[in-house]
Amino acid sequence: MIEDSPLPIVELRDVDKRYGDGPLILDKISFSAKRGDFITLIGPSGCGKSTILKLISGLNPISGGRIVVDGLEPANAVEKLAFVFQEPTLLPWRTVAQNVEVPMQLHGADAKLRQEVARKSLSLVGLGDRMDYYPRQLSGGQKMRVSIARALSVSPRILLLDEPFGALDEMTRDHLNEELLAIRQQLAWTAFFVTHSVAEAVFLSNRIIVLSANPGRVHSEVRVDFPYPRTEETRESAPFGKMVAEVSKILRSVERLH
Amino acid sequence: MSTKRKKASLGAVARKLLPFATGVGMIFVWYGICMSLSADQRFLLPTPHEVARAFIEKGPALWGAALNTGGGALIGFGLAVALSFLFALVLSLSPLVRASFYPYLMILQMTPIIVIAPILILWVGPGLKSVVIITFLICFFPMVVNTTQGLISTDSNLVAFFKMCKASKVQTILFLRVPAALPYFFTGLRIAATLAPIGAIVGDYIAGNSAGGQGGLGFLTIIYSSQFQMGALFATAAVGCLLGFIFVMGVIALSWLALHKWHDSFSHGDT
Repeated sequence: MIEDSPLPIVELRDVDKRYGDGPLILDKISFSAKRGDFITLIGPSGCGKSTILKLISGLNPISGGRIVVDGLEPANAVEKLAFVFQEPTLLPWRTVAQNVEVPMQLHGADAKLRQEVARKSLSLVGLGDRMDYYPRQLSGGQKMRVSIARALSVSPRILLLDEPFGALDEMTRDHLNEELLAIRQQLAWTAFFVTHSVAEAVFLSNRIIVLSANPGRVHSEVRVDFPYPRTEETRESAPFGKMVAEVSKILRSVERLH
Repeated sequence: MSTKRKKASLGAVARKLLPFATGVGMIFVWYGICMSLSADQRFLLPTPHEVARAFIEKGPALWGAALNTGGGALIGFGLAVALSFLFALVLSLSPLVRASFYPYLMILQMTPIIVIAPILILWVGPGLKSVVIITFLICFFPMVVNTTQGLISTDSNLVAFFKMCKASKVQTILFLRVPAALPYFFTGLRIAATLAPIGAIVGDYIAGNSAGGQGGLGFLTIIYSSQFQMGALFATAAVGCLLGFIFVMGVIALSWLALHKWHDSFSHGDT
């Protein structure tokens, strides 16, 4: 299985982060991801979980330690990564299809290829029939799907998702979680996911990393061994509920630390 | 048909008829005022039909002048749009650049045109060139300020997304900052469009050239006022007003073309 591949695709070793002369945000963060891992970072607000994604993406520099992304420094590994932000971050003046094309266009791909890939990506997220819509004509969930299609358009090996479904209602969120996993069955990327929802973390990931805050430290790691593909039944099963309760308990104990 | 719908459709008809009715009412009031004036004051306010007659009599002069003024206004406006856009791009580069230029931009805007005009006449001579420059000076400031504001107000999430995609500075400007600034740009354009014909008429009034049919509406204003041709003056004002309308309608049409598909200012609540 790919999950047993020995080499980590992303490795963080003793990573520190502070902004300017400010306080330490992250303190000696260490963990590594194997190919195909779905890792969710969870923790109290201010624990720096979004910051970790930004460091892996190379968007922000680290202050100490080392990050290796597929053998490279994060800043040189941009082609292997895609980022899904909290907001859909779509360009309102472009149609759905044109939005998906943006990363490829910025990398200089030719128009024909771009259109082809955009069509494929959009049908993957179930928006094949909304190509010519403008973002303002879409619902919140649809916009987020476009954002995911855009991330997938560059065939990333690593997907960084920063609370992508936080603003959506629970039904839409559950539905998108299932879709995200279904897509992952087809395109095996490694995922780093940030969320506040324990249920979402348990449903999506095979590993949950719990962080404590001020400064952000790795508190513990929880393995989630439910087999993929996971479906609605997984979410309704008794072991799932037990797991959610367990992780919630850990999270509460972390929050009580300060 | 229910009474409610009847009422609604009556309301719609009223909405179409009322502006027209207001116009007719104002013409009556106008006549009323004309009647109430004593014989020696009668020349102060021409009646509507005297204005209409002046329109026909002075037609060729008025339209020729309108064309000259409109041309000057369009050139000055066009130059202001093009140069303000480039200047705004420079200003958007950094707060430092803005801080270094803004005071002087303000000074340019605060300097009264009436003082600049004689200087211009000495520099480039009276006529189209002066008119164009004066129009340009009037339109430039609101365009620069609005466009710059638009260029620096790009959604920071989108900027982060472009950074994440390793977009170059030029790509970020071209694909992100400029389109995001369009609504602001059109706000500036609309202000400038109302100012351009006024600027051209003022410019023509103080720095125009009357020789060989080059005179514009400003020049006609001088002639008609010196001859106490009140009807013709009113007709000139109406033509100036029409010129302004054409400019503003043109800009509204352009902004509709550029924005209606995606910008919320053109949404119909159907999203």
